[in-house]
Amino acid sequence: MTILTELFAFWQAQADKLGQQTLQHIGLTAASLLAGVVVGVPLGLLLTRRPRLAPWVLGGAGVLQTIPSIALLGFLIPVLGIGPGPAIVALFLYSLLPIVRNTLAGVQGVDAAVVDAARGLGLTDGQVLRRVELPLALPVLLAGIRTAAVINVGVATLAAYVAAGGLGEFIFGGIALNNPAMILAGAIPAAALALLFDGALAGLQHLRGRRLMWAGRALLLALPLLAGLYLLPRAASKLLAGFSPEFVGRSDGLPGLRQLYGLDPASVVLAPALVYEAVRSGDVDLIDGYSTDGRIRAYDLQVLRDDRHAFPPYQAVPVVRRQALEAHPELAPALARLAGQLSDSVMTELNYRVDIRHETPRAVAHDFLRRRGLWHAPQPATGATIRLGSKIFGEQYILAEMYAALIKGYTNLQVEAKTGLGGTSICADALRTGAIDLYPEYTGTGLLVVLQPSAAVLDSLGPDPAAVLAYVRREYRRRYNLEWLAPLGFNNTYALLMRRQQAEQLSIRTVSELSAYLR
Amino acid sequence: MPALEARNLTKHYGSRAAVQDVSFRVEAGQTLVLLGPSGCGKTTLLRMLNRLVEPDTGVVLVNGHDARSQPPELLRRGMGYVIQQVGLLPHYTVAENVAVVPQLLGHAPAAVAARTEELLRRLHLPPEQFAHQYPNQLSGGQQQRVGLARALAADPPIILLDEPFGALDPITRASIRREFRELPELRRKTMVLVTHDVTEAFELADQILLLDAGRVQQLGPPRELLLRPANNFVRRFFGADQLALQLRVLRLADILCELPDNEYFQPSSISYSVNNPLPSTASIHDTLEKLSHIPAPASGEPTVWVQVSKSTARPLTYPTLMTAFGRAIRRLREGP
Repeated sequence: MTILTELFAFWQAQADKLGQQTLQHIGLTAASLLAGVVVGVPLGLLLTRRPRLAPWVLGGAGVLQTIPSIALLGFLIPVLGIGPGPAIVALFLYSLLPIVRNTLAGVQGVDAAVVDAARGLGLTDGQVLRRVELPLALPVLLAGIRTAAVINVGVATLAAYVAAGGLGEFIFGGIALNNPAMILAGAIPAAALALLFDGALAGLQHLRGRRLMWAGRALLLALPLLAGLYLLPRAASKLLAGFSPEFVGRSDGLPGLRQLYGLDPASVVLAPALVYEAVRSGDVDLIDGYSTDGRIRAYDLQVLRDDRHAFPPYQAVPVVRRQALEAHPELAPALARLAGQLSDSVMTELNYRVDIRHETPRAVAHDFLRRRGLWHAPQPATGATIRLGSKIFGEQYILAEMYAALIKGYTNLQVEAKTGLGGTSICADALRTGAIDLYPEYTGTGLLVVLQPSAAVLDSLGPDPAAVLAYVRREYRRRYNLEWLAPLGFNNTYALLMRRQQAEQLSIRTVSELSAYLR
Repeated sequence: MPALEARNLTKHYGSRAAVQDVSFRVEAGQTLVLLGPSGCGKTTLLRMLNRLVEPDTGVVLVNGHDARSQPPELLRRGMGYVIQQVGLLPHYTVAENVAVVPQLLGHAPAAVAARTEELLRRLHLPPEQFAHQYPNQLSGGQQQRVGLARALAADPPIILLDEPFGALDPITRASIRREFRELPELRRKTMVLVTHDVTEAFELADQILLLDAGRVQQLGPPRELLLRPANNFVRRFFGADQLALQLRVLRLADILCELPDNEYFQPSSISYSVNNPLPSTASIHDTLEKLSHIPAPASGEPTVWVQVSKSTARPLTYPTLMTAFGRAIRRLREGP
């Protein structure tokens, strides 16, 4: 019941956004369906005249269908950038198979005797198509469009990953923040839309004769109109921000900035992996990122100084289950070897090698350990298994590799890597339930995402890294029986980033200056 | 000039020859039946006439003009086309189906409507009841009548029919065939009809073209195919129905000369049917039919009379008729 209350409260608070996202969602679906019909139906008709091409075309469309939607978007981004382009093209490609196949099946399903008689009476090819084949194939053809529509309403949620809007913004925000009410806030309208499209097209499909023809024409008119919903004007702003879903929802992310700086730029939501590309290519001007990210150096980005300390300290620290530490006393000393070894600049450099130069995290991690004299050849693994977790970005992979090498080198424990866990909540849950034994976490994240203390406690902690570490260590021990070991040295805090050139042009160096500029 | 002529038509599908070197002529108002077993190429041959199939070699002449001299659609609009599966447009009403070709030809809507109504009435489909029904509401026989009305709507001089009665049950088939034969619309038409039904062929044909494996086995009037088969295939093809067909093909005129002279003045030959004698063109089949309906007299055989000249009639009984028939067959087979 509480989730329902939360859900309605969320809808009430975000009514504007809900409306806008729903319209965008309908628009995306309609635009891609329109493209699917405009290309798919003629293609299907061509196949009825050249059946030899059918296996090739249907096979091709089938292969497209099997590409996971997120991967398809990934393929399209280098070509089309971010925004509605790749989203609509991806949805269009998904709608092709059902539309082409059903056009072909519909026309092939027309009684051959009817077509033969029509030809024999002296109808031209065009007349046979318009008067006989298309009207009789229409129910099957509409079934194809209906399938495509339902697929597209579902896949269109992924558009939120490429800054194309839609109901996916709530869904992915909710997943990133482990907020079921927020997931439902997007998922329920998306499901309702799918049912609505399905029902409407099912209704058309069951019409007969003339009415069916009229319905077909009405659909062709309605799709561009619905697609037009997507083009409704968006809020204009001097700068366009592109934020990851987690940043938009986290209290130390955008809401914190809004509170402290009054910062509220026009923004789109997109996948965390895409924000750097988006700012580099100029699709957006302002992004959220991490202060040690290798791409800051590679893409010549400017970190805006957090002059009023909206972002709490984010010291990297290994978090370990106490049971693991007690069962294997040799584990803590092995992990402690890395304490204080990694400064901000060192970590940025390592990240740069992995993210930009595409060296493997393992090679970079081992190289670093060797240079620091921390490397030790693996011992024969005879002991118990330590399960090592990491979040899904380069820095965490590097740290996980370092810990794996240290554990193997200085103990006889075995290591099982469970890297690439989606986000903070997933890692924290995995650690609490014992699915993993340790992973590198950041103090600020533990504080704000996991512990979520009251405003009074946050105020008392202030921007002091030591105070924050002490607090999370105490609370984790008390609540979860988890141990924060010694910090690694660097502070990977949230950061607002702009292209250096644009930042210099606008003389924006701090978040305050940005806020003043936008006002 | 023949209304329709085929010269050396050949069609291959892959390496298989569907039709090989077939030629024929159909005079205006005549009916040519393409007869043969399944897969003999008769449908392919028919479809070459309206260019639904283009021949590999050979030409089709319509009223002396090469069929390829006009676009196939225009050629087809000048030929009625009836097929076994009827192929009515399921999303058109009966009236709309009948009106398809006149509309393509740009006839005035009022004329099209009047013509549709007239044809439906003539084919025993009262328009007030049937005009606005859809094909799936009709029986098979009714659908085939609509198909026939559709082919006749624009009054084309040539009609092509591909097993038009093939999908009907025997009773409906016989009644529709009778209507078909008696339809005044069709008297003037040049028709090419495909069938594998020997009885149907003999009932409707002026000429029969018997095909096997794409080749012409024999082309001629039904009687010639029956009495003077060109080869063993023709003989075997009619073998099973031989007697029934002979009874239909032979006329009384064919057997009169085989009657014994002394039967002219038999005393028992006086009967009431002398007032209503059969014409000498009546078939043996019809004569037997008639005899079977005459009650047997107290003495002697039931008798019918046949008109031999303006003033003379001759009596026929079962024995005299069958004896003369047997002799006539032997004579006709042996030839002149």
